[in-house]
This record gives sequence, C-alpha cells and structure tokens, in this order.
Amino acid sequence: MPIFKKEFLGYFRSPVGYVILAVFHIMVIGLALYSGYYSRNEASLNSLFRPLPWILIVFIPAVGMRLWAEEKRSGSIELLFTLPISPRTAVVAKFLAALAFIGIGLCLTFSLAMTTGYLGNPDWGVIFSGYIGAMLTASAFLSITAVCSALTKNQVIAFVISVMICLFATLMGSDWLAQFLGSSAPTALLDFLRLLSFEQHFASMSKGLIDISALSFYLVLTLACLGINMIVIER
Amino acid sequence: MPRGAFAFPFPRKPNTWDPTPGTQNKMVTVDRLVKDYGTLRAVDGVSFTINKGDILGFLGPNGAGKSTTMKMITGFLTPTSGTATVDGFDVAKDPIEVKKRIGYLPESSAAYPEMTVVEFLTYVAEARGIADKDELNSRLADVIVKCHLDSVKYRAIENLSKGYRQRVGVAQAIIHDPQVLILDEPTDGLDPNQKHEVRKLIQAMSADKAIILSTHILEEVEAICNRVIIIDQGKVLVDETPAAFKARKPGATIDEVFRELTNKTVLA
Repeated sequence: MPIFKKEFLGYFRSPVGYVILAVFHIMVIGLALYSGYYSRNEASLNSLFRPLPWILIVFIPAVGMRLWAEEKRSGSIELLFTLPISPRTAVVAKFLAALAFIGIGLCLTFSLAMTTGYLGNPDWGVIFSGYIGAMLTASAFLSITAVCSALTKNQVIAFVISVMICLFATLMGSDWLAQFLGSSAPTALLDFLRLLSFEQHFASMSKGLIDISALSFYLVLTLACLGINMIVIER
Repeated sequence: MPRGAFAFPFPRKPNTWDPTPGTQNKMVTVDRLVKDYGTLRAVDGVSFTINKGDILGFLGPNGAGKSTTMKMITGFLTPTSGTATVDGFDVAKDPIEVKKRIGYLPESSAAYPEMTVVEFLTYVAEARGIADKDELNSRLADVIVKCHLDSVKYRAIENLSKGYRQRVGVAQAIIHDPQVLILDEPTDGLDPNQKHEVRKLIQAMSADKAIILSTHILEEVEAICNRVIIIDQGKVLVDETPAAFKARKPGATIDEVFRELTNKTVLA
C-alpha cells in the first residue's frame, strides 16, 4: 500500500510527528502519576486509563487534522485522485496510517504497564482490554477527525471542529452531565445519552469488560464516519 | 508484498475499443463535455478527438475552462454532462482504467513538499502499480535523466526552485510511460532555456503518445503543437493546425489572431 506507507512515514518526515508523540507521552504519563499512580498502592493502570479519553480528545485530532485538509490546501489532492486508486482505498489507507501512528503513541505508554508489572502483580487481562478500548476510542475519534479534515482546506478548523465533536460525544454521558440534568431530564433520556457516550464505553473496557454493545458502538461509528468521509471526498 | 499477490486469476478486461480502420489511433475522445459550478457554466459543450502522435495546444484566456476540461478528462472532476473516453474507456464508468493510461501535470505542479524528489517519484510509481524493484529503479533513473533532476534528487521538494519543481511534476507524469499525457501549463515559471528543454522533451515523447498541453504562450503552440484548440467562455472557438490558424490573418502574428478572436466574444 503505497499511500499507507507515504502517509505513515509522512509523520516522521517533519518534526511535527515527534512533537505530537512527545507531548502525548508526557501528558499521559504525567496525568497518570499526578492522579495517584503510586499513592493508591494498587497494581493497575486505572490512573492511566481514567484520564485517557480526555487526552485522546486533543491528541487524535492533532494527528488526523492533516489527512485531507493538507492535500486540499496544497492541491496535491489532484495528484492523488488522478492516480489509479479508488477513493475507498485512499480513505482507508489514510485512516490506517494515522491509526498506526496513534498505535505507536499508545505503545509508548507500555512503559507504565511494565513498571506496574515490575512493582506488583497486575491483571494483564484488564490492561489488555484497556488498550483495546483505547485503540477503539482512538479509531472512532480519528474517523470523526478525518471527516472534519475532508470538509475543509484549513487544518486548524479541522482540528477545532473535531475536538468539539469528540468532546461533546464524550461529555454526553458523563456523570457530571447526569448530575447537572438529573432533576430536570427523564431517566430514560439520561440512559440513552450514556449509551452514546465514549466515556461510559471506555470506562467499562478499562475495567476489563469487553462487551458487545461497546464494541459495536465503536465499530459502527468508525465505519459510518469512514463512509461519510468517502462521500465527502467523492462529492 | 507484491501487488500481484492477490490478483484475480483471470485475464484482464480487454480493451473495448473497436479497432475499425482509420480510428484505431484515436486516443482521447471528448464529446459535448459540460461542467457547471453552481450557476456558472465553466465548460460548455466541448468536443474534440486526439490521435496518437498528436500534440494538442489548448489555448484560451484565464478562466476559459482549459483546466476544467483537462481535469474532466483525467477523471478528477465529474462532468455535468457529456463523456470523455480515453483509449476506449469512459472516464465516468472506468475511472481506474482511464487513470492508468494518463499522465497528468496539475497546474500548481503539486507535490508533497516534505518529501525528497526520489521519495516522491517512488511513491507515484508505486501508486501507479510499478511494484517490481528493478523496473521501478530503471523508470526512476530514466525520468531523472530525461527531466535533468540528477543534481537535486535527494533534496526535499520544498527547497527546490520553481523550475525544478515543475520538472519534478513532469517527471511524475511520465514515470509510467502513459499513452496520454495531459500537461497543464508545463512551461509556466521556467526560464527560456528550461522552456526549450521541456518543449524538446515533449516533442521527443510525442511519437507514441497523445499529448494535450495548455499554455498562455502562443509561440509555444507554433513551435511544438500540430493542432491548436482555442477555448473561450467554455466553448471551442477554433480547432485547426497552427499554420491554418496563423493564416487566418496573413501577416499578423499568432498573438494578434488570438487577441482578435477572444476579444470579439467578450464584446459580443
């Protein structure tokens, strides 16, 4: 896959990729330590996973904003779509390349998992499912970002809009909102919102629970956004 | 993994073009092509055909619809109505087959600025399905020589001068040895020597290809094209040989004939 190769290596052709990875790493580990990785005295990555969705809300759009916006701005999209490549291949290849880059970012946080393994005796199954959940959340956010990026020539606009959408989608089912609306909204509505929320699904996965509803939520959302991406690009 | 690993084990779809005598050289057929941008009709019923060996000069004022027509032939834009056929394949129905046969130089000579010349050309070659390492290297060496890129091949494209960038654009357009070459202002931004080089290159390749190039420079048409099409406000005004075009007004330069033709429609 030449496009995959080009996009993936593209992250390392300029300093931007390294900067994004470094900032992500510092934020994740920093927050994990700050929120009591040591002081809680438990062999788990809870303090890593709990703040993770909030970091991904910023990290993923930063990775994905360039996917289409840059091609449109520089005019190289003309080049891309006069190559004998179908739009579907291009959409999927770009998505997977960015996802692979995010995968590297997540792999860097294994350092904390290893530390945990050295210090204590964690449940590796829980950690594994947490990483699966993180990857699925990342792919859903990334597909949203890809759509935003395809809609505009401007990377900054793509970034801001996708951060807003990801933030909104995460907040929708948070306990914070439930408390806020608790007295005025019907319980059914709150339950429905929780069903659509990233935070709730991710929380269950980081506790080691891979349930069908969470899996299908992520997969359907990702595929739907890639479909929209294709339509926007073909337009 | 080689691209052929998952290839469908059946012969490729044959060329559907019927080689009746006298038509087998027809490489590009454009039939009543129309493109609307909202209420603006950018291209209005353009028709022409090009044979192998032709170099067609596409002339017209800015905004006349030259680039739009070219983009529709490459399959980048979808026509509002009308058809474009390349080597017997309809752009709307078999875009991939058409794109395989075309080499295209976009107007902005767009590329990926952070890639080096070799990286960029390798990417284009791979995306064009040249998977074999030896073949890829020989193609690469070939276009680097043809376009005089040897001295800059390991430099990032963003650090190149406009002339070199333009030549990188030409190099990516010819790397797969296409049957049809579409060049949007290939000599734009080049100095006179470089213009001469690019023209020589185009002429040298023309024997077994059909070439369409757009330009503002009228001598260029006279120098290398064997057909000229003038397009204004989306319509074809003239489709003839450069000699016949010049003979429209004896004694006048090709510039003067052009001005007269395109000004008339503005006033009318």
